[in-house]
Amino acid sequence: MWEYTDKVMEHFKNPKNVGEIKDADATGQVGSLVCGDALKLTLKIDKETQVIKDAKFLTFGCASAIASSSVLTEMIIGKTLEEAAKITNQDIANELGSLPEEKMHCSVMGMEALEAAIKSYKEGGKPVVYEQESSSKIICKCFNVSEETIIKAIHTNKLTTVEDITHFTKAGGACGRCKGEIQSILNKVLACENPLPAKKQFKDLTIVEKIKEVEKVLNTEVKPRLNLDGGSIELVDIQGNIISVRMLGMCGGCVNAKNTIKSFVEKVLKEKIDSSLEVHQA
Amino acid sequence: MKVIYFDNNATTRTAPEVLEEMTPYFCEKYGNASSMHTFGGSNKRAIEKARANVASLINAQPQEVIFTSGGTEADSTAIYSSVNSYPNKKHIITSAVEHPAVLEVFKKLASQGYRVDFIGVDTNGRFDMDSFKKLIDNETALVSVMWANSETGTIFPVKEIAKITHEYGALFHTDGVQALGKIITDVKETDVDLMSFSSHKINGPKGMGGLYIKTGTRFLPFMVGGHQERLRRAGTENVPSIVGFGKAALLAKEHLKETDKIALLRDTLEKGLLEKIENTKVNGDRENRLPNTTNISFGYIEGESILMMLDEYGICASSGSACTSGSLEPSHVLRAMQVPFQFAHGSIRFSLGRYNTLEEVKKVVEVMPAIVSRLRALSPFNPGTFSAVK
Repeated sequence: MWEYTDKVMEHFKNPKNVGEIKDADATGQVGSLVCGDALKLTLKIDKETQVIKDAKFLTFGCASAIASSSVLTEMIIGKTLEEAAKITNQDIANELGSLPEEKMHCSVMGMEALEAAIKSYKEGGKPVVYEQESSSKIICKCFNVSEETIIKAIHTNKLTTVEDITHFTKAGGACGRCKGEIQSILNKVLACENPLPAKKQFKDLTIVEKIKEVEKVLNTEVKPRLNLDGGSIELVDIQGNIISVRMLGMCGGCVNAKNTIKSFVEKVLKEKIDSSLEVHQA
Repeated sequence: MKVIYFDNNATTRTAPEVLEEMTPYFCEKYGNASSMHTFGGSNKRAIEKARANVASLINAQPQEVIFTSGGTEADSTAIYSSVNSYPNKKHIITSAVEHPAVLEVFKKLASQGYRVDFIGVDTNGRFDMDSFKKLIDNETALVSVMWANSETGTIFPVKEIAKITHEYGALFHTDGVQALGKIITDVKETDVDLMSFSSHKINGPKGMGGLYIKTGTRFLPFMVGGHQERLRRAGTENVPSIVGFGKAALLAKEHLKETDKIALLRDTLEKGLLEKIENTKVNGDRENRLPNTTNISFGYIEGESILMMLDEYGICASSGSACTSGSLEPSHVLRAMQVPFQFAHGSIRFSLGRYNTLEEVKKVVEVMPAIVSRLRALSPFNPGTFSAVK
């Protein structure tokens, strides 16, 4: 059972502005039967003032899709096209009080239909089906979601996890094969938004900082791998950029211990901390 | 508002007789059945009585039944026991329309290196016997196919599947959760090796279930610890729920004699809805179906919206639509049956139980047409204006 606000239920039970304007000045469409939700938005626009005089919708979908469409028509009637164009999916969700996370894509659908309708008006009124920018790469093939849509959803809604992105855009919600790609888009966007503070070089760290840093990488990256073979590792000493370690358990007596230190431990530490590091067996 | 409960495949009302039977085991006879004192130890007898009742419902010997925390645990137990008992066989088979309690375990085993075949179904939800016969081989450790499908009620030919499975020396497990108490489930006649079942689907308490293990079947416990259930399922016995399940099984055996009554209600409902509403379609094998279940697609509208409107009348049902599941795709069962999308999203399952009445059926048939027309008036895919949106 979804937690719907009273306002969502009200718009679901008594939707406003249902139908289709006969001689519409703009028609925007989004979604399909396959996706499980679709919206057709028709607008009547005052040519002189560019004010939206009337808006009607037809929606195939769940309660939140119907409520999002209904509230959208209320929000845009009386606004100029320019004002309407600024409405984001977050505005639609806010107007409804809130939407369950998993249902945020319903508000996105409203925004996309509006975008298509505005485009339709600019192109002389012929119906426009919402399409992702053709130049943008399609990431989720099941639901046909582009990189641009994902990036936009991350920005507008301040998303931080792949799960969030699925809730808002549906991307990754079917076969899940694109989740890795979504994660890397998310990482990229987040990195741009919150650039990491410039990292101090290893040589400039205090000895305690050095120990903590090295221990952290050993614990999270190195030990779990060695544990698989019944072994482990301990930090013995740090002098400058030279780190001494001792192999433990099965790895302790392993003839390949030296190799493992160079080809695995050192590689990981270089990658994660500083490329100038050297690792030796204590 | 009076609730009209047509969602008995999801769970059922605990029968008052069952609750009555369970009640003393909370505050009065709360002893541990493994204790040496009479106060606790005598509960062992109550457990064995319940076991005999459950065994009798499926025509098993009492010692062939263990109690578990529910259908899901029984499924996991059966599957892991079977594959681990035959470590050299690395092939397992199930159907594409199983409950997640089976499907997810098979997927996990696939990721661990097992060769897994998921047998498909036809557009009526019937098991694809030909492809099963082609895929089974001497490497097969286990075949697990449900007795009846929860979403459509379609009954699978478990006897025939078990026979073929045994020809290849593999074990046959059936998830009997939906079939138990709704149709005769005779483990001897069908010769299944393992069968999972659940108490709350037959008007017993939730959190209780069991597994039938045919005498002589190799078995490894899933829950390890104490010596309970003759070392086949560790953990202090849930005496009140076991007693409740026993009583529920006894009642279910009685009610098996009157499944015609439920079938009649179901048929009246189905007929009424199909007659009154256009663009509808029954999903599943109408010739070979649980007597209480009907799965109807109302074309061009979405299931969650239908359920929420039914909810206004206190009517409980469920849907295979994407929006109700939390995932974004319609039910895996309907997709395996290749139900077209315009129908899959608008599927509603009505599952009746022993407490439903003709009045309730009439009420649903009365309110449903208006709900469907209202939603179709909102839909850009209204059959009349179908070309409106691509």
